Amino acid sequence: MNVLRIGNGRVIDPSQQMDQITDLWIRGARIVGVGPPPRLRPDAVIDATGQIVCPGLIDMHVHLREPGREEDETIATGTAAALAGGVTSVACMPNTEPALDSQAAAEFVILQAKRAGKANVFPVGAVTKGRLGQELAEIGGLVQGGAVAFSDDGSPVASAEIMRRALEYCRMFDKAVLSHAEDLDLTRGGVMNEGVVSTQLGLRGLPALAEEVMIYRDIELARLTGGRVHILHVSTAGGVELIRRGKERGIRVTGEACPHHFTLTDECLRTFDSNFKMAPPLRTQHDVAAILAGLKDGTLDVIATDHAPHAPEKKMRELDLAPNGVIGLETLLPICIRALIEPGILTWSQLIEKLTINPARVLGIDRGTLRPGAIADVTIIDPRAAWTVDPEKFESKSRNCPWAGQTVRGRATTVIVAGEIRWRWPVGRPGSAGSGL
Amino acid sequence: MSAWNHRHLLGLEDLSREEILTILDRADAYAREPEGPPRPVLKGKVVVQLFFEPSTRTRISFGRAARRLGADTIDFTVSGSSVSKGESFIDTARNIEAMGADLIVVRHSTPGTPHLLAKHLRCGVVNAGDGAHEHPTQGLLDILTIRRKKGHIEGLTVGLVGDIAHSRVARSNIHGLRKLGARLIVCGPPTLVPQYLTTLGVEIAYHLDAILPQCDVINVLRIQFERQRSGLFPSIHEYAHLFGMNRERLALAKPDLLLLAPGPINRGVELTPEVADGPHSAILEQVSNGVAVRMAVLELLAQAREA
Repeated sequence: MNVLRIGNGRVIDPSQQMDQITDLWIRGARIVGVGPPPRLRPDAVIDATGQIVCPGLIDMHVHLREPGREEDETIATGTAAALAGGVTSVACMPNTEPALDSQAAAEFVILQAKRAGKANVFPVGAVTKGRLGQELAEIGGLVQGGAVAFSDDGSPVASAEIMRRALEYCRMFDKAVLSHAEDLDLTRGGVMNEGVVSTQLGLRGLPALAEEVMIYRDIELARLTGGRVHILHVSTAGGVELIRRGKERGIRVTGEACPHHFTLTDECLRTFDSNFKMAPPLRTQHDVAAILAGLKDGTLDVIATDHAPHAPEKKMRELDLAPNGVIGLETLLPICIRALIEPGILTWSQLIEKLTINPARVLGIDRGTLRPGAIADVTIIDPRAAWTVDPEKFESKSRNCPWAGQTVRGRATTVIVAGEIRWRWPVGRPGSAGSGL
Repeated sequence: MSAWNHRHLLGLEDLSREEILTILDRADAYAREPEGPPRPVLKGKVVVQLFFEPSTRTRISFGRAARRLGADTIDFTVSGSSVSKGESFIDTARNIEAMGADLIVVRHSTPGTPHLLAKHLRCGVVNAGDGAHEHPTQGLLDILTIRRKKGHIEGLTVGLVGDIAHSRVARSNIHGLRKLGARLIVCGPPTLVPQYLTTLGVEIAYHLDAILPQCDVINVLRIQFERQRSGLFPSIHEYAHLFGMNRERLALAKPDLLLLAPGPINRGVELTPEVADGPHSAILEQVSNGVAVRMAVLELLAQAREA
C-alpha cells in the first residue's frame, strides 16, 4: 500500500481537538496518524507548509439534480464542483425527478457517484412517498439502500401528524429528519423576504414567521417523540433563538446555516437579479447578525451550502418566474473565511468543526475525522490564495452564483478521497512529489 | 435641458427632484397647447410598446405621444400564453430590438422586468408599469395634474386611498411627491397598507373619514383584483362602505379637494359615479396630461441617447 506524507501543515481536526503543525500520514485508503511515524517510508510527499490540513469537508445540503434534471447538474458535475471547493462528501437532497423515495433510487445515486469517482455522495431519502407529504416513504428500505437522513427538502412536511410519525419512525434507525421549515400558507406567492425592501419593490414577501412557526413545531415534535431533528438553512433571528432554547431544554435539535444567509441581505434584491432569490430568502442585517451569533455560540452546528443549481435559461428570467436557489460548493471556503475567520467570529477549528465532524455526526457517517484508522478524506487549504470568482470556470453545470466577479481568498489546493488525490489547484499544477500517486 | 441625462426611465425612486421638475416643466409646455403644431423631434425613431399585461389607456397614451413627436410606433402585446410557449421575455425583447427599436416601452407583471431589459438591451427602456413596483409616467401625470390644478406641490397634503400594497401607482406617487415636498398619507385596510411603507416617508391611516378634512388631494387607487391573494378584505360591499368616495364622505373634505383616480376605476367600489363625474374630479385632465408627460419623457430620453 502506498504511503503518503503530508508534510509540515497546520493539521486541524476538531474531532480530536487537534491544531498543530505536524505531518499527516496516510497509508492506502486510511489515516495512519500524525507526527513522525517510526517505521513508514513515504512513497510520496506533499509539502503543506503554510497550509491547513483538515478532514475532508462535508457539505450535508446539496442538490445534485440527477435523476431528472441533468440540464442543471449531474452527480458527476456536482461532485466535481464539490472537489473544487474542497468538499469530499456531500449529502444530496431527494427532490429529484423522480424523488429519492425508494431503496433503488438511493442505490442508483450511490452507483452514479462511484462511476463518477469524485466526491462521496450520501443520499438523503424522502420522508414521504414522492415528497407529496401524504404517507411515509419506505424509510427502512431507503436506509438499506444507503440513505443517511430523511427530508422532503424543497418543501416542508406540511402535516404535523406525518412529521411526528417520521420522527418516531426514524428513531428505529437513529436517523435525523432534516426540516425545511416553511409554512406554505404564509409564503404562498412570495418572492423575497417580507419587509421594507419587498414593500418598496412591490415584490410579494415571505415573512420570517413562516419559517419560525415551523421550526417551533418541529422542535416540539422532536421533544414529543424523542426523535432527532436538524433544521436546514436557518435564515431568521427568531429561528436561531428557537434552536438555542430547544438545545437548552435538552431536545435533540441541530441547526444549519448557509453562507448566503450570513453574508447577504434582502437589499441585494434591489438589483432584481434572480441570483439573489432562494428559499428561505435573504433576510435582514439583524438576521445575519443573529446567524453569526448562533454560529459563534454553537447554536448552529453545521455550515452547508444548499447548493441549488439551475441552468441559466431557467434562472435568468423574471424574478417571480425564476426558480429558487444558488450554487455554493465552489465558493464555500472563501466566503466562510471572509465572513467568519477574518472578522474573528470563528476560529479555524470552529469553522472546520462545522464543516466536518458536526455534519458527520448529524448524518451518522464515519467521516469528518483524521483519527488513526479513519477513511483518508483530507482537504488541504491555502487560506491566503487569492482568486476571482468566475462561474464560467466552475465545475458545476450551472452559473447561478451570487458572488460572481468578487476577488476572494482561500482555496482548497489538494483534495484527497480515500487516500487518492482527486483534485489539485491550480488546475494542471505539476504534482511535485505527489504526482506519483 | 438642464437636469437630464438618463437613457432609461425605470422609476421615480431613481430620479432627483430637479430631474422630476425637468420632466414636469417640459410636459407642462405640451399640456398648454394640446393641439399645437407637430414637433417631430423623434422623426425617424422607432418606439416599440411591449406589453406583457393588458392596458388600454397607457398604451394608447404612449402611442399618441410618440406619434405627436413624429416617431414610428410598433405595438406588441404578448398574451400570457406566449410565456408558456417557452420563449423568454428577454428573447422576445431582443427580437423586437433587432427590428430597429430606439425606445421600448414595457409593461410586465413582475417588478424589475424593465431593469432587466435595460441591462440586456442597447435601446432605451421606459417602464410603463412593473408589477406592484413603479409606474413612473402615471406618477408624473398625477403630479402634473396636481401642480396644474393647485399651482404647487410643496406643502400639500395628499391622501392615497385603497390598495397600496399592490399598487405601482402608489409607489411612484410616493417617490415623486415626497421629493417635491408634499405630505403623504396612505389610507386603507391594514391588509392592503403594509406597515413598512413608513420607511418611504409616508403616514399610515386606516380611517378615511379621519384624514379627509386634512387632505388637499385624494388619489383613489383601484383594487388590484388581479394581483391579490383572496381574503384581504371581507367583501366589496364592506370595502366600499369603509373606503369608497361618495357624496356623504365628500362633505367632510376641504371645499377645494382635488380628486384623482389613475383608472381604470371600479365604479361603485372606489368611487360612486356622481363623485367620479363631479366637480372635484380631475380624472379626464389626468388622461390628457398623460399624453403630455409621455411626450416629455420620450423626448428627454431620445435626446439623452443622442448626446
